[in-house]
Amino acid sequence: MTTDRTLFDYLLRLADSDLILAQRLGEWLGHGPVLEEDIAFANVGLDLLGQARMWFAYASEVETRMNGRGRTEDELALLRDGGDFRNLLLVEQPNGNYADTIARQFYFDVWHELLLTRLERSADARIAEIAAKALKEVTYHVERSTDWIIRLGDGTDVSHARMQAAIDVLWPYTGEMFTADATDRALTGDGVACDSESLLAPWRERVGAVLSEATLTLPSAEWMQRGGKQGVHTEHLGHVLAEMQWLQRAYPGAQW
Amino acid sequence: MYAQMVDTGAKRVRSLDELSPEERAFQERIDADIKIEPKDWMPEAYRKTLIRQISQHAHSEIVGMLPEGNWITRAPTLKRKAILMAKVQDEAGHGLYLYCAAETLGVSRDELIADLHSGKAKYSSIFNYPTLTWADIGAIGWLVDGAAIMNQIPLCRCSFGPYSRAMIRVCKEESFHQRQGFDIMIRLCQGTPEQKAMAQDALNRWWWPSLMMFGPPDADSVHSAQSAQWKIKILSNDELRQRFVDQTVPQADFLGITMPDPLLEWNDERGHYDFGPIDWQELFNVVKGNGPCNRERLSARVKAWEDGAWVREAALAYAEKQAAKAAKQAA
Ligand SMILES: [Fe+2]
Ligand SMILES: [Fe+2]
Repeated sequence: MTTDRTLFDYLLRLADSDLILAQRLGEWLGHGPVLEEDIAFANVGLDLLGQARMWFAYASEVETRMNGRGRTEDELALLRDGGDFRNLLLVEQPNGNYADTIARQFYFDVWHELLLTRLERSADARIAEIAAKALKEVTYHVERSTDWIIRLGDGTDVSHARMQAAIDVLWPYTGEMFTADATDRALTGDGVACDSESLLAPWRERVGAVLSEATLTLPSAEWMQRGGKQGVHTEHLGHVLAEMQWLQRAYPGAQW
Repeated sequence: MYAQMVDTGAKRVRSLDELSPEERAFQERIDADIKIEPKDWMPEAYRKTLIRQISQHAHSEIVGMLPEGNWITRAPTLKRKAILMAKVQDEAGHGLYLYCAAETLGVSRDELIADLHSGKAKYSSIFNYPTLTWADIGAIGWLVDGAAIMNQIPLCRCSFGPYSRAMIRVCKEESFHQRQGFDIMIRLCQGTPEQKAMAQDALNRWWWPSLMMFGPPDADSVHSAQSAQWKIKILSNDELRQRFVDQTVPQADFLGITMPDPLLEWNDERGHYDFGPIDWQELFNVVKGNGPCNRERLSARVKAWEDGAWVREAALAYAEKQAAKAAKQAA
């Protein structure tokens, strides 16, 4: 049986990955390679931020059920410490060059679309509803990052080399999208979440097809990093939070 | 304004009978409020002035993304973060419309950007001031976007069709920008004493630079007269500045913060606020490149452009490969 605690934990995973990736994309705004890209990445960032807010809103309701008082979206996003964040390690990785950003986005988007397609049919009506809304946006995200993988992979020698390097470097952070822990298993059993492991085959197939069209090689390294979903992060998250949470922490209780 | 001190190449404005028949027909169309379109004949000076003015305006939108972008990652709430991202994204869109409008005059976006990066083209002086606190994001929306609206609403009626249409699209979004800025200020002014002090400090730093956005006094500006005759400048610098002061002072009163101008006072006779002298030396200095952030702003733009070169080259190379493939298939 799904407990509210498990559900809450799962909702934070969804919210935190969206939030941290949106935060990363926000760093690009005004610094992209061409104006149209600034606009496009701002769109993706805004979509993800909006989705994070929907997941936080639901998490807050669940927390109210548990404790009588649920934290607001800002308390959840801006006053939790790193160990309480449940995002994938992938999304906290730094922007790097444009190829790094695109590779991170592509890996995430393909997974995100597969996940939301399942969650759209979740036994939990609220999850199904949010997933359906998010899916409409994410379909466009996948198209866009796919397009860039192909253009950079099959562009110039320089872009090909950078794209391949980014694909390789970020590869070990893709594993945790497909490993299930107790939270995943409990929720999957109830039809609330989906079986993370079952997303791996379609993900590999899609990623492999795009990389091959892009004249890039699917990495073969087996070793995968993990820990994000359990709150054990890379060093990068602390810096993201220091920046993102600073005003709330410097002026406790102030309204903005 | 977003386009300050635009050089028209004119020493003085000529009267109708000093003009060639073509020039005269052109001026008569303008006088009759008929829009000039890119394919129409136009005096070379009109074309050049418009390129300067529209590109300055476009550059201002793009450089203007930097001081505000500076706070996206630090916005105090998720809602504010979303609003600020959307706002900065709008400014990128404004830049895009304006570059497109300028391109109808026979220059390319790349050429215009090269002029910005070399320092040949200018952008609004206002974006050379730093955003030091969250209140600066409020002050920019309230004052800078407020001043932009003041300038751009009349430009919706300007004589050049593509510019006028770009301004109409831009103005629709600017009022949202101004409101979100004012809303930030309201929150701060109703907040803790520290927050209110932050709001006052932002007003102190942004007020005078905002007044300078409208450009030098009318008396010092030959170019304004020529631009007015061409209807690419509808109201004079001083008129716009006065309107802005008249609109903004009551808003500061509403917020309960004070303009940093001891001479500011309502003048019953004129029906306007009188205000203290503007330090034009400061404006000329900032325009010359000596503002607090000129170097950072320009180098941030140049860096983005240079770092992105390989991405643009790759996109081009890919498109060429695809076109070659398509041509081969067709053959
Ligand atoms: Fe704008
Ligand atoms: Fe604006």
